[in-house]
Amino acid sequence: MSYFRAESLSLHFGGLKAVDAVSFAVEKGEILSIIGPNGAGKSSIFNLISRIYRPTSGRIFFENQDITEQPPHDIARLGIARTFQNIELFENATVLSNLLVGRHRHSTTQLWQELLFLPSVRADEKVHRRRVEQVIEFLDLEPYRDKLISGLPYGVRKVIELARALCSEPKLILLDEPSSGLNVEETSDMSFWIRDLKNELGVTVLMVEHDMSLVNRVSDRVIALNYGRVLAMGSPAEVQQHPDVVAAYLGA
Amino acid sequence: MRFLFKTDYEDDIRLFPHSGYFVSYGLLLAVLLIAPYVLSSYLMSQLVFVCIYATVGVALLILTGFTGQASLGHAAFLAIGAYTAAYLQKYGVPFPVYFLAAGLLTGLIGALVGFPALRLQGIYLVIATISFAFIVEEILARWESVTNGNEGMRIKAVSLFGVAVSRDSPTFYFLCLAVLVLTIVGTLNLLRSPTGRAFVAIRDSETAARSMGVNVALYKVKSFAISAAITGFAGVLFAHKLSFISPEMFTLQLSIEFIIVILIGGTFSLHGAVLGAIFIVMIDPFLTYLKDDMPGIIAGIAATFGAGTQAAANVQSKVAAFASLNGLKGAIYGIIIVLFVLFEPLGLYGRWLKIKLFFQLFPLYKRATFKRQKIYVKSERNR
Repeated sequence: MSYFRAESLSLHFGGLKAVDAVSFAVEKGEILSIIGPNGAGKSSIFNLISRIYRPTSGRIFFENQDITEQPPHDIARLGIARTFQNIELFENATVLSNLLVGRHRHSTTQLWQELLFLPSVRADEKVHRRRVEQVIEFLDLEPYRDKLISGLPYGVRKVIELARALCSEPKLILLDEPSSGLNVEETSDMSFWIRDLKNELGVTVLMVEHDMSLVNRVSDRVIALNYGRVLAMGSPAEVQQHPDVVAAYLGA
Repeated sequence: MRFLFKTDYEDDIRLFPHSGYFVSYGLLLAVLLIAPYVLSSYLMSQLVFVCIYATVGVALLILTGFTGQASLGHAAFLAIGAYTAAYLQKYGVPFPVYFLAAGLLTGLIGALVGFPALRLQGIYLVIATISFAFIVEEILARWESVTNGNEGMRIKAVSLFGVAVSRDSPTFYFLCLAVLVLTIVGTLNLLRSPTGRAFVAIRDSETAARSMGVNVALYKVKSFAISAAITGFAGVLFAHKLSFISPEMFTLQLSIEFIIVILIGGTFSLHGAVLGAIFIVMIDPFLTYLKDDMPGIIAGIAATFGAGTQAAANVQSKVAAFASLNGLKGAIYGIIIVLFVLFEPLGLYGRWLKIKLFFQLFPLYKRATFKRQKIYVKSERNR
């Protein structure tokens, strides 16, 4: 039984088949990349997993549990965190409070306890802050801790999104184009971090990416999509040489 | 300037980051405690209204400022609190009981209003809350067996431990002050715990909040309920201060006054609610003064510039007619909102922070420090 599994997942908008009977599995502790030309349905698959869209048909399993009908906020509670292609941070809050929202799935206190700020709330807060501080150290975000998001450059925001996802201590992390908009140096930092996610934190990574050098550097396996269908699946080298993939990118 | 070296997570959690806060807030508290023995009875009465308006302001800040859900229905929540108190008092229920009951009932109704709000955003939510306010106003006028209709209800003085507390006594002022302080402390506690952060997350990006495990629907309803409950508590005090309540006191104009409280005070900090409340309570006597004295002053000026007695009297009556136009107050409020949104979106508290920074950095303060932020806010508005 695979760790995470999508079974003939489909998403149709009227006649348009954004995702068409896609099946794949992610093994525990691997880095799986989804590649494909624009509009191939990569981000749609992510949005299906995090329940922003409701699948037309098909099922999603995580740790042997059917999560297809779970409400969106429960997906995070199960241990699946994600980042967004077009950064979705809380603009008018500090980096620290953004990261603390990432801890939301671990909060156990009741409203009335919080109103009085009982010792249990205070103790919880300290645990949250310690975890957040570990993530800040892991991703070198110390200089930005108390800054507002609205004043930060794009590259830093991208890292903060990753940090926020990590603060929830996920088992599976979905990275939607982690390198888009980053320069060469930042991309190489990102590739080291993604490797570290797997090796040091033991997080399973499912990633959508356009930058083939990053894909080659970090992925264990690659899935190529086009027009919502799976073209090829296998090691990065195999997939890149697959004739259908070459045709999809270069035109036959 | 003071630099804080943080050595413990507690440094980020505590409400007063350094000893300077104890001094300044201690002084403020001392001034507030001796105020009733120094100020005139008129100013004391205004100060009680400041406390009540600030309490509502804090409630509205939770909903609008921190959760991002606009509401023009808070006059209705205030009315529900006030009428519950008046009704229960009629049947001999003691003050602490009906005070709590009014807050709880208003909170419950707030939660019910929150449900339709889950599907509405921005201007549509504003329209929905306005209609809620109109419905409540209409019910208050028509449900005569409970609310006594348009004749209104009288409410007797607060009775605490068997002693009647007159609405002009220092004790009543201390009661209002205590409610305000408790509200502020409770709200600050909420904002430094998961619920408060979930509110802010919903305000800034619902998608991201959801993907971080925040149950957006639940927290929106919670925000409405908390905001309404606090407004209900304020409503009880409001009723006692006025000692007489009728439906036409809780109109749209009052809801707009509450919006002005937070818009002018500043929507990003609880300080804003207090500053805004001071502004709105103090502008009323100022406008009354202008209305009464302005015609005479302008006529006087006209006379010194050589206008004849007849002409001056003419000017005076024209200005007086203008000053007593219906809805002029509403128009002035509207202009104030527009000017603040355009030129000081961060409100009075934002202005205060700038002034403070000026003195902290003196003589190195640059005018451009806040320029970027201002441009950002302006471009955001065009989205």
